[in-house]
Amino acid sequence: MSPPDDIDLTRPKLVGAKVVRREDPRLLSGAGNYVADIKRHGMLHMAFRRSDHAHAAIRNIDTKAALALRGVVAVYTGGDIAEMANPYQATSRMKNYQATFIPPLAVGRVRYVGEAVVAVVAESRYVAEDALALIEIEYEPLVVLIDPEEALKPDALKLHDDLDSNILAEREFIRGEVDEAFENAAATAGERFHFTRTTPVTIEARAAVVEFDKGGRSLTLHCTTQIPGIVRDKLSEIFDLPGPRIRVIAPDVGGGFGGKTSLYSEEIVACAASRALEKPVKWVSDRMEDLMTTGHAFDEVVYADIAIAEDGAILGLKADVIGDVGAYSIYPWTATIEPVQVVSFMPGPYRIENYAARVRSVATNKTLTGAYRGVGRPISVFVMDRLLDMAARKIGMDPMEIRRRNLINDNEFPYKAASGLVWDKSAFQACLREAADGIGYDELRHEQQAARAEGRWVGIGVASYAELTGVGSRIAVAPGMPINTGTETCNVAIDSTGAVTASFGIASQGQGMETTLAQVVAEVLGVKVEDVDVILGDTSAVSHGTGTYASRGAVFGGGAGTLAAKAVREKIVRVAGHLLEAAEEDIETGDGNVWVKGTDRAMTVRDLARALYSDMGRVPKEMRDEIDNLEATKVYDPFFGTTTAATHMCLVEIDAETYKVEIGKYIVVEDCGRVINPMIADGQAHGGVAQGIGVALMEEVIHDDSGQVLTASLVDYVVPSAVEVPSMDVIHVEAELPGTIGGFRGLGEGGTIGAPACIANAISDALNPLGIEITEIPATPERLFRLIEAARNS
Amino acid sequence: MMDRISISVTVNGTVHTAEVEPRLLLADFVRETLDLTGTHVGCEHGVCGACTILMNGDSVRSCLTLAVQADGAEVETVESLGDAENLGPLQKAFRDHHALQCGFCTPGMLMTATDMLRKYSLETDDDIRDGLSGNICRCTGYQHIVDAVRAARDERDGR
Repeated sequence: MSPPDDIDLTRPKLVGAKVVRREDPRLLSGAGNYVADIKRHGMLHMAFRRSDHAHAAIRNIDTKAALALRGVVAVYTGGDIAEMANPYQATSRMKNYQATFIPPLAVGRVRYVGEAVVAVVAESRYVAEDALALIEIEYEPLVVLIDPEEALKPDALKLHDDLDSNILAEREFIRGEVDEAFENAAATAGERFHFTRTTPVTIEARAAVVEFDKGGRSLTLHCTTQIPGIVRDKLSEIFDLPGPRIRVIAPDVGGGFGGKTSLYSEEIVACAASRALEKPVKWVSDRMEDLMTTGHAFDEVVYADIAIAEDGAILGLKADVIGDVGAYSIYPWTATIEPVQVVSFMPGPYRIENYAARVRSVATNKTLTGAYRGVGRPISVFVMDRLLDMAARKIGMDPMEIRRRNLINDNEFPYKAASGLVWDKSAFQACLREAADGIGYDELRHEQQAARAEGRWVGIGVASYAELTGVGSRIAVAPGMPINTGTETCNVAIDSTGAVTASFGIASQGQGMETTLAQVVAEVLGVKVEDVDVILGDTSAVSHGTGTYASRGAVFGGGAGTLAAKAVREKIVRVAGHLLEAAEEDIETGDGNVWVKGTDRAMTVRDLARALYSDMGRVPKEMRDEIDNLEATKVYDPFFGTTTAATHMCLVEIDAETYKVEIGKYIVVEDCGRVINPMIADGQAHGGVAQGIGVALMEEVIHDDSGQVLTASLVDYVVPSAVEVPSMDVIHVEAELPGTIGGFRGLGEGGTIGAPACIANAISDALNPLGIEITEIPATPERLFRLIEAARNS
Repeated sequence: MMDRISISVTVNGTVHTAEVEPRLLLADFVRETLDLTGTHVGCEHGVCGACTILMNGDSVRSCLTLAVQADGAEVETVESLGDAENLGPLQKAFRDHHALQCGFCTPGMLMTATDMLRKYSLETDDDIRDGLSGNICRCTGYQHIVDAVRAARDERDGR
């Protein structure tokens, strides 16, 4: 596949340049516009009374005292909301899937601690919270389902009476003859792996402000969502309102990481309240609510085995995945999104012909799990790359060598992975090679030997992965879901003042897309970056769009932006040909100017726009009729999507007294195709790795046996600070560009996908003298202490 | 309603007097009463640092401070460092080094870094990381923030 010619590289390059971000001045000066900053005349404030039981029947709710409190305007229970909003659920055409209704406020039964039960609307947030304390709820506790391996048994209590069981989804993948592969193996390795539950922790907690327009009977929801289009479309059904009467705006949003890719109960209740009261309603989550209600991540038990030949070749792979998905099947992604991806991606970037896997998504009395940076793949890489190291040890092979032998080679692409995914050509082997060179692998092994001789626990870790990014219409992001995640829209318009606006259906939560998409549009159009205003996260901007998730922003935004900008450029060239009296093929654009090649005949794009729109007679009627305006709307569908590959390597040391893991070196080598802005690409890798470090070493949502969340503050749920994250090297391998428009691959999630496996491998390497293999993360000091004590005593 | 208490607070050089409930958080006073929404609230229990402001020259968590405790105090918020069209040196260093992504933790980072730069020599990256360890950033992995603070230190020291 040759590099696409969609971006003309003969002009001064904006794509690939280290452009400082356009969003920074406002965000640095306190002039950002986050949802919590929004104030409206007469605005009311909402707060939620939440369940303190993991599983209970609601016998009675007494709200009289709350309603009587001065300043309280309304109190709503589940029954009230059921009359104000149509029920909804996350449907899927996937076989063996059971959808659950998700009541915005609990009706009759609560199913997890933190589930919203009553909403209070008051004149201030302080008064609303005062009123919460006056609400009396009588509960009758029910048996609590905490362990998914118990909840999936046929005789387990059913969490949803109308379903057949607690298994919300089940799927199998089989390729080749896996049993035969194991019979012929030189060595096998297998374990029960546990990847615990985490939570996204955006520093901006979720929030919503709803405005009601009395005249137009319409709602505007400002909320912290990554998916404004999906939210708008569903609210239209929930409230029986046509699209134009529901506008969803995601203004400045303080981080997403997947946690803000779902429709949330509070958004529905706030809309219902605003519509009923005909007043603006504001809700801002506090941190405890956020930790208990924003879609949780991961939480899988994986029984997995690998079989290898004498030369290290992988002969077969088996996996049985049990995903704990919490109380309901999350909208829109369903209970399949996380666990099914674990088995889809388990074979990873390796050549595996024999694969058998089963996955089950099991409902329990916990917060819903949803999408979180990496979705499924951090676990599949953790399991796969742990198995590779364990198997390599059995045959005495170096971990780098076993990867080199099994990674798909350049001449094997496109490669159909055992789960059916197709990898287009990406620098699998080159990433491994450059990571080893970059970190100085051989030298580190010598240093490790010296450290071991001193009795220190020093280890080197490596993990390689491939992810499918910018996935087009061929595959839904979640299997069988009835939402088109395969296209995105961009409108590029030059108005009568000569200003360029590029509007997208995607939204930004800090990825810098106001800058990177301006770079792409400016490059194609031939204007300056600062001349392009980028509109994101507003459903009134384009007719269809879903949002930002699944490492799709650069691929979809860059692609749709390129198509629309090209179409507008063609119109510019057409008008310029007339105004400058030249053939269209002689017209050039750049830096906001239009000129005739090799002459000094030139004009600005601004003057050209004025000539077309405002100066009657300068452009003939026939030409105006033909081009209408300097505007174009284009939809991009990358169809297959494209593969992003990477290798992570690190050096760790475990403190012999505190059992704390120190990361001494960390390197990321990734092939994300054409880099739009290297500064921003590096930042995405840094942040992704930092979150992966949290997953590997620190972060864990812990429930006790009664389903109480023991990690409901940032004191108990610990995320990495500046002293736990090392300085890291990031290398972008711009190998052969993919077939996406512009040659972009997605990179947002990668850091979090590779880091847990890489660090777990390094810790296992460090503790190899004790025979310890890490099978459960986070590898907290307490877990390591127990493992080391057990190893020493055996 | 609780009895209100009269307070007088100097914020970014301007004296504000107000009658406030004793339970009103300083963060809410700054954001809601004074409409200075640059100060962000991230956790309301003093861990994340997004709400960090300077009170009488020391960084404090405005989510753990009551407005009445600021009576008579000099308060500095992110808005004092420079505006969007005229960024101050630390803000500019953050922009040049891509030290922010979503921007939500940024005002707290900037105020903590301002405090650090005024009081400490910050010889090493470890010093800078220690100083920033009470502020959580979930986007950047901190590396570019450390780069920015180091650059601001160099500018301060004429290095």
